[in-house]
Parts: sequence; C-alpha cells; structure tokens
Amino acid sequence: MVDAVVVWSRLVGAGIRSQLQYRMSFALDFLGSFLIAFLDFLAVLVIFHNTPRLAEWSVHEVAFLYALSSICFALTDLAIGHLDLFPQLIRDGNFDILLVRPRGTLLQVISRDFQLRRLGKAAQGAIVLVYALSSLHVDWTVSRVCVLAASLVSGVVIFASVWILFACIAFWTVDGGEFTNAFTYGGNFLAQYPIDIYGAWLRRFLAYLVPLGFVCYFPALYILGKRDPLGLPHVLQFLSPAVALAAAFVAGALWRLCVRRYRSAGG
Amino acid sequence: MRVDWEIAKRGWRRYAAYPWATAAGVFTNTIFGFLQAYILLAVYRHRTDVGGYDARDAVTYVWLVQALLMTVYIFGWTELSQRIRDGSIATDLSRPLDPQRYWLAFDLGRAPYHFLFRGVVPFVVGAIVFRLHYPTPLHALLFVVSLALAVVVSLGVRFLYNLPAFWLLDIRGVLVIAITVNLFFSGMVVPIAFFPHWLGRVAQALPFASALQTPVDVWLGQFTPWRIALQAVWAVVLLLLGRVVLRRATQKLVVQGG
Repeated sequence: MVDAVVVWSRLVGAGIRSQLQYRMSFALDFLGSFLIAFLDFLAVLVIFHNTPRLAEWSVHEVAFLYALSSICFALTDLAIGHLDLFPQLIRDGNFDILLVRPRGTLLQVISRDFQLRRLGKAAQGAIVLVYALSSLHVDWTVSRVCVLAASLVSGVVIFASVWILFACIAFWTVDGGEFTNAFTYGGNFLAQYPIDIYGAWLRRFLAYLVPLGFVCYFPALYILGKRDPLGLPHVLQFLSPAVALAAAFVAGALWRLCVRRYRSAGG
Repeated sequence: MRVDWEIAKRGWRRYAAYPWATAAGVFTNTIFGFLQAYILLAVYRHRTDVGGYDARDAVTYVWLVQALLMTVYIFGWTELSQRIRDGSIATDLSRPLDPQRYWLAFDLGRAPYHFLFRGVVPFVVGAIVFRLHYPTPLHALLFVVSLALAVVVSLGVRFLYNLPAFWLLDIRGVLVIAITVNLFFSGMVVPIAFFPHWLGRVAQALPFASALQTPVDVWLGQFTPWRIALQAVWAVVLLLLGRVVLRRATQKLVVQGG
C-alpha cells in the first residue's frame, strides 16, 4: 500500500512537472476549466432567476449541494479523469504492457496522467461554497464539521468508484465510453441538484443503487439542519463513509475480475 | 456536386462504423434528458409559464436538445486542428478541393446519421414518458430547414475555432473556452427562454443560438421568421469568415518537418 502511494506520487509528480513546462498553455487550460465551471453554475442562477425555490430548496441550499458535488467531482477528475482514455489503452493493446509490470493494473492506469488544470474546477466549487455559506447561517458544531469533512472524502471515493466500475465496460466494448459518461458526468449533474426533484424510479437507480445520493444530498441535509423532503431515515445522513467503502470494494472487485478474464485484442 | 456527395457518404459511414458508440451515446443522452427534464419541471411547481414556455414546452425542449446535440456536434470538433498540428493539412491544401468545402460536405453526411441514430431514440423515450409538444406540419417542415441551417452554422463555428491551430499548435485552451461559450449561448444548458430578458436578447443574436435553440423553438412554434433568416445570415457570414482566416493562415504556413 505504502509502495503504491510512493509509485503513484512519483509518476504524478513527473506528470505535473511536465505540464508546468508549457506555462501559457497551462494558464489558458486552467482559465478555461474555471470559465467552463463558472458558466455551469450560471445555469443554476438562471434557473433561480425564474423561481425563488426549486421544489423546497433555496438558491443557496442548491448552491451548497452544487459546490460539494463539484469539489468532489473535480478532485476525482483530477486524479482519475484520464480513465476516459482507458478504452484507447485496450484498443491499441497497450494495456498488455501494464499486465507484465510488477504493479497493480489499476494503479498503473490511474497514475498515467494527472490533469492539474482541473484544479480550476475545484477552485470554482470552493468559490460557490463560500457563496452558499455566506447566507446559509449554518450552526457549525463539531459534528457538522466532521460530517462535512467526511462527505468531501466519501464523495471523492464514491465518484471514483463509480468511474472505475463503469470504465470496466471497456473490457467488453471499446466504444462504450459515452456509457460511462452517463454515470460520471451525469452523476455529478445529478448530485448537484436535490435528489427529491427526480422521478422515484430514477432516484432508486441513480441515487441509491448507484449511490450518488450519498455524495452530498444526505450529508447536506444534516449540515443544513434541513428536514428531508423524502422523509427517509435520519441515519442515512451519516452513512456516506460506509457507502463509499462499499462502493470502493465493489469497484475494486469488479476491476480484478475483469482483468483476470481479460483477453488481449492481439490474440 | 458528385464529389460532395461522395464525401458526404464518407461522413455518414465514418460514424456508422461504430454501432456500440452510438448505442452508448443514446443511453447517455437519455439519462441526461431525464435529469434535465425533472430539474426544469421542478421550476414549474411554482409557475405555469417561463418566457413563453409552459411545462410541456420545457420538457419538449429538453428532449429535442438531447436529440439534436450530436446532429449539431456541440461538444467540440478537433479534426481540422489535429490535421493542422500534425502537418496533414499540407496534403489537404495541395488537393484540388477546398478544405472548407470538404468538411462541409463531410459534415452534411455526418449530421443525418447522428440525427437518425443518436436523435430519434432518446426523443422517443422522452415522448413515451412525458407529454410533449408536437409541431404542425408547417412547423415540422420549417424545423427541417432550420435544422439544416443549424448544422451549417455549427460547422462554421467549429471551423473557425479550429483555425487558431495554425498559430498556436495546441488549441486546448481555445477549444475549452469556445465549447463553453457555445454550450451556454446555444441554449443547451438552460433554454434561452429562461435567461433574463436582456441576456436572452443578446443570446438570440449570437450565432450559437442559431445552431441549436432556433430549430428547437421552430418545433415549439415559438419563433418569428426572422430567426430562420438570421440563421441563413450567420451560415453565410461564418463560412466566409472561415475562408478569410484560412487564407490568411495558409499564406504564412510553414509545415513542420519541411
């Protein structure tokens, strides 16, 4: 485990240094990332331009959900967003190279890249968080701070697990990248809004079975001291870390299973 | 004309070659359609009309956008910039065929494929689950015209944001900014009818709305004929601008590798 962290940080460190070589390009990328995120939030403001509340949520409450989800998703994207290119790795046969190296395949795939510019998106999330908290008057008890901290970590783990889980589709078809997007980018989009506005069947599928509701909806209810419009048990608001662990376990198990059954395209 | 037809057929076939990619894309568009439909419907719990859209119009807008976003290729197109970057553009320029004409023909072959295979299924799913607005025969006819113009406008925009590759080589930054502005002002993220009045007026005038929001509004019957005329104007202006910039670029072009 320690060894894995060392390998990962060396490879990622090299990646970061190389990205900082092209300062102008990096600055534009960072700015672009920030701008794209800014316009993304503008969409939320445009919606609230037309209504004081979305279902039972005010603009600052939705901004809070949006910020938590965006920060978690940006950090996940930063660390493993290049899984988007994983199908390419299978297609051109380069995945086989990873199999003969003396390290786990998942670690190698994950440490292939690290897109520092995606910090731009996380920075935007932090700004939205400040905006949200500026008028929410949260009563910051120790337990609320703990739930917030835990939800940031669990959020990243849940997003990462979902990403890895659905990236496994590439072992069957290398053209399924868009399918993965439905759960990763789609998952972020879903988590940015209160899940009680979605149809019940969609919520069961994408918020509980794929546990995207645990990224920020349930922890946010506790932090904001808000009554759950869905009337679900209180205990769910503390379950995010456990759900994250379970999700990571499932994703890891599926990945190992896929690798074991993998047959190279090269025959 | 015959050569354009042959190129267009290639545009179709290029994408028809990956049925799994198409299926995966349809799935994703459908999921996003549901999410966005429920979000907009939540607004209508407090209101009955937003900028001329009632709840049914808003949901129809959502499914039309999901159906059309690949047809107008809104998420970014970099083939031209890649050819500039790796030098293949030199070969293209030495052919007795103008690159802009080539890509326009190619795109007009690609768009019908995406319309039929990426657009129809998500829309039908949306139509089964939600009550949608359907156009009169006249509006349906105008919708086809408007959509064809939208594809040309969209190619005009995409062609232009690829050309900086002649100067910058790496256009990732330009690309991200161009796509973002495009996504927002085309009305893809939120319908332009939801924008504050002044911002809506600005957005309607920009070319991005002509590439997506206009055909959607034609379907909904919420348009004045001048908006289709504006699409035609943008199509011509953007294609001409593309030619001017391409000419400027090729005058100073030094292909890497001598």
